[in-house]
Amino acid sequence: MALPAFLMFVAFAVIPLIGVLALSFTQWDGIGDIHPAGFDSWRDVLTDPGLPNALWVTFEVMFLSWAFQTPLSLLIGVFLAAPHRYRGVLAVIYFIPLLLSQAAIAITFKALLDPNFGLGAGLGVDLLVQDWLGDPTLALCTVVFVVSWQFIPFHSLIYQGAVRQIPISLYEAAQLDGAGRIRQFFSITLPQLRNTIITSSTLMVVGSLTFFDLIWVLTAGGPGDATRALALDMYIRGFRANLMGPASAIAVILVVVGLLLALALRRLGGGRDTGSQLEGM
Amino acid sequence: MQTSRTSRRNFLAFALGVPIAGATLAACGSSGPGTENGGSGGGSGGSYWYLSVDPNETIRRTSLDRFNKANPDESIKGTAFQNDAYKEKIKVAIGAGQAPTVIWGWGGGGLASWVDAGAVEDLTSWFDENPDQKERRFPSSFAAATVDGKIYAVPAETVTPIVLFWNKQVFEEAGLQPPTSWEEILELVPKFNDKKIAPFSLAGQSRWTNMMWLEFLFDRIGGPEIFQAVFDGEKDAWSNPAAIKALGEVQKLVKADGFIKGFASITADTNADQALLTSGKAAMMLHGAWTYGSMKTEGGDFVSGGHLGYMNFPPVAGGTGDPSNTYGNPGQYYSLSSKATDEQKTAAKDFFKTQVLSDAEQTDWVNDAGQVPIVVGVDSKFSGLEDAEWLQFVYDTASTAQTFSQSWDQALSPTAAEELLSNIAKLFSLDVTPEKFAENMNAVIGK
Repeated sequence: MALPAFLMFVAFAVIPLIGVLALSFTQWDGIGDIHPAGFDSWRDVLTDPGLPNALWVTFEVMFLSWAFQTPLSLLIGVFLAAPHRYRGVLAVIYFIPLLLSQAAIAITFKALLDPNFGLGAGLGVDLLVQDWLGDPTLALCTVVFVVSWQFIPFHSLIYQGAVRQIPISLYEAAQLDGAGRIRQFFSITLPQLRNTIITSSTLMVVGSLTFFDLIWVLTAGGPGDATRALALDMYIRGFRANLMGPASAIAVILVVVGLLLALALRRLGGGRDTGSQLEGM
Repeated sequence: MQTSRTSRRNFLAFALGVPIAGATLAACGSSGPGTENGGSGGGSGGSYWYLSVDPNETIRRTSLDRFNKANPDESIKGTAFQNDAYKEKIKVAIGAGQAPTVIWGWGGGGLASWVDAGAVEDLTSWFDENPDQKERRFPSSFAAATVDGKIYAVPAETVTPIVLFWNKQVFEEAGLQPPTSWEEILELVPKFNDKKIAPFSLAGQSRWTNMMWLEFLFDRIGGPEIFQAVFDGEKDAWSNPAAIKALGEVQKLVKADGFIKGFASITADTNADQALLTSGKAAMMLHGAWTYGSMKTEGGDFVSGGHLGYMNFPPVAGGTGDPSNTYGNPGQYYSLSSKATDEQKTAAKDFFKTQVLSDAEQTDWVNDAGQVPIVVGVDSKFSGLEDAEWLQFVYDTASTAQTFSQSWDQALSPTAAEELLSNIAKLFSLDVTPEKFAENMNAVIGK
């Protein structure tokens, strides 16, 4: 049964990966002939001050969106897991952002945040009239916000499911011992969600490496290079500047960074997330 | 009428970049892009890819239909593509040797990369055999079609210079006069800012919009030779004192709040910059002639009420550039794929000869799109039209310009153009000094 899956993996992941690696040692404008160029592309990319910037932006977006999304998703997840009168309705409403396409979300937010014709100007609220996407710091924060807005529903759903797996007897015992709701949350819910937090964080962190369309439509990497993350850098070099060699080098860097991060997160989880949760419960 | 969408490098719609090919999409999907089937007439004249968005798309298609009807034996199959999707698609198709017979393009650096790849035919001899084809077009339209002295594309469609637009109503209410020099522009800036009106609208996130300012300041201060030196690959051409001065003048305008607050987050593809001008939030705007149509349709009574003023960019004191010089799109360009069969090449050449910029097509461009075809004497078709005054202005600007230069990002290779746009964004956000800008750009000269 594993053979078809393995063949697909080879055809659509391994072979393109090798192709990209090969391309990173060539010079190609995407149209004409491909010339071998040794380590030229790698030297160009590694000595370009744009690379540290792109890496830094990628990590900033990754860390900030993780730090913003995790507590919120956790709280919403816990809230939704509890029996509640309107929970079903709320769950559906919370889930809507995830159903929208990233490009559509970006276009909508771009319109809402427009300093001249957006929400702030329309409502006459001066606080909302900021150069949201034109100021380097604000632009990065805006990107993080919009990304979080879209993905919090997904992670809430994961947490909601995980919370429901926690045996109710634990809470009953805690109640008998006189633990309040907050104490219950920190002493039972949070520790029990440990593996879920790692799973959700891995998805956030590795997923954030591929953020492209949303940032592209919102800021196009600007202002200046303020939001030019790795994936954007790769696209801009490859398809706008016709530098397929350096773009491939960046793609390889992206793969390596993604693998390292996934491995690091597994280490952090102590590898225990692969074990069964039901044991000893 | 044409909006910036169809004539510029913008990528907002990238994610939506599905070819809007209508009925032809199905055909395209089943036989693969660039497969050169016969058209509806059953002939084998090859294929022709062009850009969508009306009224231009209809004009292009009508022209092709006229040709196919008159030449059923060599009918050409047309397919329309959305602007940004086309740019990616044509690159891939040419790279794979699957280009359409007739390749629609922008000329300049993009065309040069096709020439380098041996993808397009040299049409110099065809123009020599058909001297009337050369004489009827604006001479300025040929520069962007020429690579190493040979003509690789047929200049077609319309001319769109960059124009300084201004809002008459805003000027009247403020009691101010439109500028006649760069110095007057700088004097107007604080006066408008005092009245809480932005002096200039600018869609800075699109970057090529900012570039138009540099084009004119370079030209007015040092003449077209300054950029020509860059184009010719001269060492350190960006460090020319006139270039440094022009870069400094732009930053002077930025520092004086000459551009609307938040300009770095405004994009041109939503026409937000035009809306700022037409709604009176900004007094002036430097933009391509292609924006006239959308200002007319989306700007309420702004154009029809006579509130739109326009002029060529004014001179700079002490500058050596001729004030009649202009920048913009000197035309659009049709190339012939070198991979096409002889039969297809013949059909394409017949199409170029009998339909492209034919009398009927000229009338369509003028009447339906409000644009000026690149044909000498086409102004005889303007009289009595609603847009006659505007059309005449564009015609005069284009035909009397001592030098009509192609926009820099189109003239340069894609590699150099991307570096330029990226540095221009930093120049406007004051992240680089003029000297640093020149240094960064000198590093990619000739690339």
